[in-house]
Amino acid sequence: MGMTMTQKILAYHSGNKTLKAGDMIMADLDMVLGNDITSPVAINEFKKAGCDCVFSDEKISLVLDHFTPNKDIKAAEQCKAVREFAKEKNIKNFYDVGEVGIEHALLPEKGLVVCGDTVIGADSHTCTYGALGAFSTGVGSTDMAAGMSYGKAWFKTPSAIKFDLRGKLGKNVSGKDVILHIIGMIGVDGALYKSMEFSGEGVKHLSMDDRFCICNMAIEAGAKNGIFPVDEKTLEYVKEHSAKEPRIFAADDDAEYDAVYEIDLSKIKSTVAFPHLPENTRVVEELSEKVYIDQVVIGSCTNGRISDMEKAYEILKGRKVKKGVRCIIIPATQRIYLESIERGYLKAFVEAGAIVSAPTCGPCLGGHMGILAKGERCVSTTNRNFVGRMGHVESEVYLASPEVAAASAVAGYIATPDTMEE
Amino acid sequence: MKIKADVIKYGNNVDTDVIIPARYLNTSNAEELAAHCMEDIDKTFVKRVKKGDVIVAGDNFGCGSSREHAPLAIKTSGIACVVAKSFARIFYRNAINIGLPIIECDADIDEGDVIEIDFADGILVNTTKGKEYSFPPFPPFLQNIIEKGGLMRSLGGNR
Repeated sequence: MGMTMTQKILAYHSGNKTLKAGDMIMADLDMVLGNDITSPVAINEFKKAGCDCVFSDEKISLVLDHFTPNKDIKAAEQCKAVREFAKEKNIKNFYDVGEVGIEHALLPEKGLVVCGDTVIGADSHTCTYGALGAFSTGVGSTDMAAGMSYGKAWFKTPSAIKFDLRGKLGKNVSGKDVILHIIGMIGVDGALYKSMEFSGEGVKHLSMDDRFCICNMAIEAGAKNGIFPVDEKTLEYVKEHSAKEPRIFAADDDAEYDAVYEIDLSKIKSTVAFPHLPENTRVVEELSEKVYIDQVVIGSCTNGRISDMEKAYEILKGRKVKKGVRCIIIPATQRIYLESIERGYLKAFVEAGAIVSAPTCGPCLGGHMGILAKGERCVSTTNRNFVGRMGHVESEVYLASPEVAAASAVAGYIATPDTMEE
Repeated sequence: MKIKADVIKYGNNVDTDVIIPARYLNTSNAEELAAHCMEDIDKTFVKRVKKGDVIVAGDNFGCGSSREHAPLAIKTSGIACVVAKSFARIFYRNAINIGLPIIECDADIDEGDVIEIDFADGILVNTTKGKEYSFPPFPPFLQNIIEKGGLMRSLGGNR
């Protein structure tokens, strides 16, 4: 019996010739990631276990992105603890304010993850790097501590669901609509413990940013990881960003899947997930009444990349954010921020009446930079719309693409670029 | 190990944002976290939970974020075990790694029922309803982590 792409990467990293779903393994890690929320807990565990050395000072990334710039004294103390640990252990990939970006946009941009790698991160959206053809998954802080110390993590070898992508996305539709459509179809536990493996001729039409966005939300279907095959676009991206050598794995032709879904990309429409689960998806043009909003957030590890900024720019330039709506735009990394300045995006955003923040996870998890009051509604390009996610327990988050978010900011209600009225 | 416990019941898809809201993640102090456990889904939890109680829930318990603060808050609040039809995968591994007992079991249990759990034999009895269920043991690999008292100890402690 053949192996899935994920199983092949895990077999390679655990010294096994073959693996089948359910096999328990210890895998060697190419990268261990933590942020300012999860690293302090991991550092405590690391010290409590009497660990002294890290397994590698180059294969650990510590990224202070969640509550930074420090939102309060406690957050400042947490960042300080991580900063001191990074200095003490001489961690090469330590990113602090000024260099920091949202971790899952930053690591690929810095070339720290490439095809064929096995990566754990103490952040659930670590599954993002599957876009590069890597096995990459979110874990907790104790796993991170063990990873920092031993360079290993335990896994139960996952089975997989295959998504056979066909055709090409239409205008004003992007990766976010694809993944929201899929989560709406299979549910928030539709891929529980499994890999989501994307394949088919439609893959070549998806940009790397689309692929990052799609893999980013694999966890919202409960998946262990999402993964794309390696093609010319992947290799071009890796070559541009990294000095590391890519290692290419592909699923066997006779690999077994728990289920196979065919997705015609040309039929996917602008999709929004209503509160309070990412599976509550609706097609925007089928909404029976206008859903008025108070806030729009464009950013996050899901949609804070340069192509997302570009999409927002195309809609917001020369227009105005609807009076009464607060529009917060957050380029995910310093590089994206700078490029957005150079391309004139930020000028257009400010002229439209939006505000632009330094890179931070901020409002996505209700940290800072755009907390919602009771009864307020936000259209957001982030990844979760759970109860209280962005603020008050009686506030509401609607997950959407950057195209829908920007159009909604102009309209004042949930809209697409085609349905918005200025 | 055997326990007898009162049940606190929740539904499907209990996410880590309601188990411990992110606004409290500016600390990793277990007692501070426990003081806000389940706050956004059940404001009464902290007041009524007793040491040794069991949380029973539906599918996909612990979905969402990777925050280990979630099982840590539950464990520190005094909960002896979480029983759910299924667990989100990161919560599952975090619970094992920090030593919070969890059981995957589809059983007819309501708020306030009294249940008994025999971990060694894999038996759950709802004494209120007079029903008995079996649940599968952990794979030996995970049993070893649990018996050694968590992941870091099972890997050998000092290095």
